[in-house]
Amino acid sequence: MSNIPSDLKYAKTHEWVRIAGEIGVVGITDHAQHELTDVVFVELPTQGRKVKSGEACAVVESVKTASDIYSPVTGDIVEINQAVVDNPALVNSDPYGQGWFYKIKLASASEGSNLLSADAYKSQIHA
Amino acid sequence: MLKRTPLFALHQQLGARLVEFGGWEMPVQYSSIMDEHQAVRTAAGIFDICHMGEVYVQGKKAGEFLNYLLTNDIKKLGVNDGQYSLMCNDKGGVIDDLYVYRVAAEGFLLIINASRIEPDVAWMQQQLAAWDGAKEVMLSNESDRYGAIAIQGPAVAKFIDSAFQLNGQQGPSALKKNQLGFYKLQGEEFFVGRTGYTGEDGFELVGSADKISTAWVHLLDVGRPYGLKPAGLGARDTLRTEVCYPLYGHELTEEITPIEAGVGFFVSLDKGPFIGRERLALQKSTGISRKCIAFKMADKAAPPRPGYPIWSGGNDSQKIGEVVSGTQSPSLGIGIGLGYVPPDFSKPGSAIEIEVRTRKFPATVVQKPIYRKPD
Repeated sequence: MSNIPSDLKYAKTHEWVRIAGEIGVVGITDHAQHELTDVVFVELPTQGRKVKSGEACAVVESVKTASDIYSPVTGDIVEINQAVVDNPALVNSDPYGQGWFYKIKLASASEGSNLLSADAYKSQIHA
Repeated sequence: MLKRTPLFALHQQLGARLVEFGGWEMPVQYSSIMDEHQAVRTAAGIFDICHMGEVYVQGKKAGEFLNYLLTNDIKKLGVNDGQYSLMCNDKGGVIDDLYVYRVAAEGFLLIINASRIEPDVAWMQQQLAAWDGAKEVMLSNESDRYGAIAIQGPAVAKFIDSAFQLNGQQGPSALKKNQLGFYKLQGEEFFVGRTGYTGEDGFELVGSADKISTAWVHLLDVGRPYGLKPAGLGARDTLRTEVCYPLYGHELTEEITPIEAGVGFFVSLDKGPFIGRERLALQKSTGISRKCIAFKMADKAAPPRPGYPIWSGGNDSQKIGEVVSGTQSPSLGIGIGLGYVPPDFSKPGSAIEIEVRTRKFPATVVQKPIYRKPD
């Protein structure tokens, strides 16, 4: 059973965003990390980069494959999680906590409004 | 429609993740590649290899024909011995790499790659038809009739004998490397060879396709107390990459010769004429233009993948080749790979670079195998 916290917004492509004011924190879901299994490498966007929602901006590699990660929201990258770069296993062990990817300054207040709720994401993955 | 092995339903019950491989729907992993890899390196793993092909070559001139068809010297095989060999085209390119077992004085069992069954059998039939002693050789593709299981890891020899009804016969653990025997498991006879594709001690079992699931279930039961786990193609690939065993379609193709691939040891130039010999002899005497190297990423880097460019490094770094196999090494915790470069760049210790998504990461050419078992 996947863990799907109710306070987050979800992209169909299995990223989550936690919005507080004008900042969003982005990561990948428990379901995604479970599908990937052992994450061995994480490549994050550079600080200051402008990304659009749906844009490939990070890469997660398991033993077998490399997967693109798409930003769920539009904005400027203000901080990246160096800890997850140094220890990619955090994506598996704590996908909604220490395994976060980056913080993004949202381009507008309506960012995230078209994302899925926890319930909608849950029905998408048939959890 | 993908083909399924007789073990398919068991894989589903075990919660395997299934992928396409060489036209087959195969388990890539059950728990995780890391976990299964470690099980094989430290205890034991069991693999479905029913997709692989089996061809019988029998008759008075079977050995003679195989010595013309394959690169290794079949005369080295006594009854119950096996060897790794390659089947080449006229240009020395590899049609397939395989295992030959001498199961009788005039009978040989060839274990061939799943994705190569059709081209192999077509090539063998074509070569046999044009061969002088064709009337005294019988060739039969038994791939659909047989299933096969690999059971690999340092703990396997401790429990393998107890899986069989021996009735005084010595068990498979008495076999030497590359030897074979026939043993009964729940009343059914199985061929067992002491070989594998992981760099660990282990065995491969071949038996009737409709009895292979019995063997799988029984072996898992017997081996579970010793840490035996089902292992998928994902771990099979990381295990063989660490010990630099070639995988057809990656290190070996019809355009690559065994000399270039670094398996020239299995090419016997002095055994008499065989298909591809001229080119291989020329390469052995005058050299090659590309060579299969093993490399390790220098430090934390994205794992190398097939198709990534290899660069010479330094200030005037040039593209010198391509990665053909690459993965994160579960045993070493870093990226490793195999690739083709000109011999000038192939010396162990040479610094190279691997291009990953337009960025270049430092790597070092290393001796094969990349992973060596601690003594």
